[in-house]
Amino acid sequence: MSGMTHILSAARLNRLFLAGELSAVEIAESALSRIAKVEPQVGAFLHVAAEHVLDRAKKLDARRRAGDNEFGPLAGVPIAVKDNICTCGMETTCASRMLKGYVSPYDATVVERLRASGAMIIGKTNMDEFAMGSSGEASAFQTTRNPWDLERVPGGSSSGSAAAVAAGEVPLALGTDTGGSIRQPAAFTGVVGLKPTYGYVSRYGVVSFASSLDQVGPLGHDVEDVARLFEVIAGPDRRDATNAGRTPPELKFGGDPSLAGVRLGVPRELFGQGIDSGVKARVEEAIRQLEDLGATVEECSLPSTEYALSAYYVIALAEASSNLARYDGVRYGFRAAQTGGLTEMYSKTRGEGFGAEVKRRIMLGTYVLSSGHYDAYYRKAQQVRTLVVRDFERAFERFDALVTPTTPFTAWRIGEKIDDPMAMYLGDICTIPVNLAGLPAISVPCGFVDGLPVGMQLIGKHFADAQLLQMAWAYQKVTKHHESRPVLTEEGGR
Amino acid sequence: MSTKWETVIGLEVHVELATETKVWCSCKNEFGAEPNTNVCPVCLALPGSLPVLNARALEYTIKAGLALNCKIQRRSKFDRKNYFYADLPSGYQISQFDLPLCYDGYVDITLKDGTTRRIRIQRIHLETDAGKLVHAGDDVAAADFSLVDFNRAGVPLIEIVTEPDLRSAEEAGLFLEKLRSILKYSGVSDVKMEEGSMRCDVNVSVRPAGSTEFGVRSELKNVNSFSAAVRGIEYEQKRHIRILEEGGQVEQETRSWRDAQGISVLLRSKEDAEDYRYFPEPDLPPVEVTTEEIERIRATLPELPDALMQRLMTEYGLSAYDASVIVAEREYAQWFLQAVELAGADQAKAVANWQINELYRVMNEKELGPDQIPLTPEQLVGMLKLMEKGTITGKIAKTVFDKMVETGKDAETIVKDEGLTQVADEGELLAIAREVVAANPKVFEDWKSGKQSAAQWFVGQIMKRTRGRANPQLALKLVTQALEEQAQK
Amino acid sequence: MALTRDEIARVAHMARLSLSEEEIEGFAEQLSRILEHVERINQVDVTDVPPTYHAVTLQNVLREDEPQPSLERETVLALAPESEAGCYKVPKITEG
Ligand SMILES: [Mg+2]
Ligand SMILES: [Zn+2]
Repeated sequence: MSGMTHILSAARLNRLFLAGELSAVEIAESALSRIAKVEPQVGAFLHVAAEHVLDRAKKLDARRRAGDNEFGPLAGVPIAVKDNICTCGMETTCASRMLKGYVSPYDATVVERLRASGAMIIGKTNMDEFAMGSSGEASAFQTTRNPWDLERVPGGSSSGSAAAVAAGEVPLALGTDTGGSIRQPAAFTGVVGLKPTYGYVSRYGVVSFASSLDQVGPLGHDVEDVARLFEVIAGPDRRDATNAGRTPPELKFGGDPSLAGVRLGVPRELFGQGIDSGVKARVEEAIRQLEDLGATVEECSLPSTEYALSAYYVIALAEASSNLARYDGVRYGFRAAQTGGLTEMYSKTRGEGFGAEVKRRIMLGTYVLSSGHYDAYYRKAQQVRTLVVRDFERAFERFDALVTPTTPFTAWRIGEKIDDPMAMYLGDICTIPVNLAGLPAISVPCGFVDGLPVGMQLIGKHFADAQLLQMAWAYQKVTKHHESRPVLTEEGGR
Repeated sequence: MSTKWETVIGLEVHVELATETKVWCSCKNEFGAEPNTNVCPVCLALPGSLPVLNARALEYTIKAGLALNCKIQRRSKFDRKNYFYADLPSGYQISQFDLPLCYDGYVDITLKDGTTRRIRIQRIHLETDAGKLVHAGDDVAAADFSLVDFNRAGVPLIEIVTEPDLRSAEEAGLFLEKLRSILKYSGVSDVKMEEGSMRCDVNVSVRPAGSTEFGVRSELKNVNSFSAAVRGIEYEQKRHIRILEEGGQVEQETRSWRDAQGISVLLRSKEDAEDYRYFPEPDLPPVEVTTEEIERIRATLPELPDALMQRLMTEYGLSAYDASVIVAEREYAQWFLQAVELAGADQAKAVANWQINELYRVMNEKELGPDQIPLTPEQLVGMLKLMEKGTITGKIAKTVFDKMVETGKDAETIVKDEGLTQVADEGELLAIAREVVAANPKVFEDWKSGKQSAAQWFVGQIMKRTRGRANPQLALKLVTQALEEQAQK
Repeated sequence: MALTRDEIARVAHMARLSLSEEEIEGFAEQLSRILEHVERINQVDVTDVPPTYHAVTLQNVLREDEPQPSLERETVLALAPESEAGCYKVPKITEG
């Protein structure tokens, strides 16, 4: 079976493992061989934990042979974890020089839950440094390539997680989403990505970018797999005071896909200017298919989303400037070689340890919080955030979910936007309002433009993640876009 | 020309709360542990860690507020105060900016002349203590490197901010004493300055007497004892007055108090003031406090020093001074109340006398703190009972008292073992009286010629012969009898 | 809002970031452009609109005051760039 895992779903691998038809070691070896084959082209992983995953697989096999049937829903499934999620025994670097070589002495809650579910963590994936970026190019170590076109970015900041799934290196991966960092790369690489409701998944052990916006979520080939991983990671955690203490309802998929009685809204502001015509066409087709499934679709308005991007940058970067103050060269991580005093050590350590995008964002965040600017920027942004929240509340009085493109355009060429941060930020207009309001949203593949995947975003009410997954499943069931796979050859062609 | 100057003082007092664990994590809140042994991902600010509020730290802050007559904020929140320093792991202190848990309180202090002054408390907020810098030398600036111990990082701290209501170093000293006492009574902190669990910053300004406007203030940091606060204020007051009288202008600045040298030095000027970039802490949801919760906490407060002092005066007839020195420390008050409980209310004054005159004297000599009282209330009351029964004299009692402190034995055992029982046998004492009168004819003649003090001298001789065990009234009576006998001879 | 070179330097100091001359110039230009976009929020009337600091409404999330084991000192000091005598070692502190 070696070399086959890249076409099998997590659900299938789990069934085969439980039935004894595939050993965990076979699965792990198969995944490792796929990684060995495509990594030179894709570069999705920062660390592949071959020894760890084989050791873990052996233990799972021994348990199964001993008649243990207490396995969790991800037993025997290889999973990749974004490198800003803390894992004992494996580096957690956030793709930053600042944390090169850093091994967390504790597991994130989501990692504990993964381990308890029987999952096999196979490695840590590349990302934009400290999750700050939308292309993956802001990694301090390598640029991950889009498996659909190796000259293009996979999106970001969960670039490695999305690419690893798209390239068939793993069936599932964990990402984090602060302003679209799961959904945007999911859309760019043609996979499914869920940003859960803020507070559903514990943030403990997930390196903070913007505390009030960050959320961990799953990426996978199909909605069922994504739901399975979501159910494993979501739930109460007393170590995270922003965790809502809620357990998601049990999800079941099956029967005829139907969206009868489902009311969908299409926010006109996210379909207008700036949306690529090809992308728009694919999403409009998707909307017709949703109607065919029985949903009623109506246009609606989210007037404040026009200002959401601005509010987002103020809030996210203010929080980030403070969250990243702990990287000071005292207790862990990088310290610049230096003479001189404490202040100089701090400045050199941080000046050399952080990359350009991180520094740019820390600078902006520091500026908007500084004396004389707080009210004009920070407080104002949080007030605008209230307007964004109200827009959604009003919309959800009439609709069960909203439909938008995940991104205004498909994956761009590597290097294309690197010198124009503002142009890159503008690519997040459809995903950012969702984080400001703490809502759940999922990106599902809805076709291609010029051979590049397009994603459709479904946005739900607070804690309606399960309903969103049900809708996305129904759509996926009738469209099969998710079954398309990029062709990767040894030579790196398509 | 000589303007009369008035000093205006405001204090910011930081007090560590006596919780079991730190404020945001479950590490032990413990003084004196080996460096960096009470640390975890949260209090070291390791990547990914998050704070969760300790319920008891919240309760203790509210309790402190209630003890200091504050109003309680029904909806409060936490904020980040951002700055870089080696003792601050996360690069920000979690504190409270615009919605402190407690506000608008006061403390009454009694001045030497007996008048009372009300010092208003502007606010009390809950925040995080920092770690400790262990310097290679004494001087922070002179050392080549520093070592950092994060055991204290994350210990819950309350900051108590007064209005600028204090008018002298003496008042500030009295206020700090009173504050310490109240906090200790309420049980929220052990308030040990020597362990750094209470520290203060002082704001001082000076203005012409009668003026209603405030002068420019300087803020004094690193004030680590009550006496340092008093000395620091006196120093700043003089410094300001000197500048003003020379026609100069006081600069608004932060200064560091160097207690050993008795001087303050410039730390930073107004222009270099830190920009803390406060903003609401996104990792912590807000806190709501209900009326029921406030009342539940209020019910856990013990009788506080002001109320107790009143009760000692009205219920037990103690003088204001005696009552004040008994309530000064919670342990003293508890000791007194226990002793009175055992001895009966009619003995309250006797207990107070022994406690103030003898117990405090011994403790002073031995340099013992209030938590090291070397005598139990049971011991004292046992001794008082022996006096009441006439078993021992007042003079012997002092000996017994010292021996109780020394040995920890009870009075009865000491009296028995050392044969200190009072001699009240008339025959035995009369025999001694006759002997001493006969043996001192010169003094006898003095007495005869009308010198009354001579009789007392003979009593003294009897005391000497009985090693103080004679009943003094009986001794006087028998001396008089022996003298009269001699005169008739 | 166009940021000056001096402002960039001031903010960089506040954030403890040593920047090269090119970085200072680049940031002055980029941050000005981003702020220009961000200032769109000033077009919105937010009179009487309360701020939203948390995306999901929660309150009083508390923890019992019960000690849990801390990390081993060897474990945490092993992560440190420099340590000595059971403590973290930092360079000379030049300011108050
Ligand atoms: Mg403070
Ligand atoms: Zn801790």
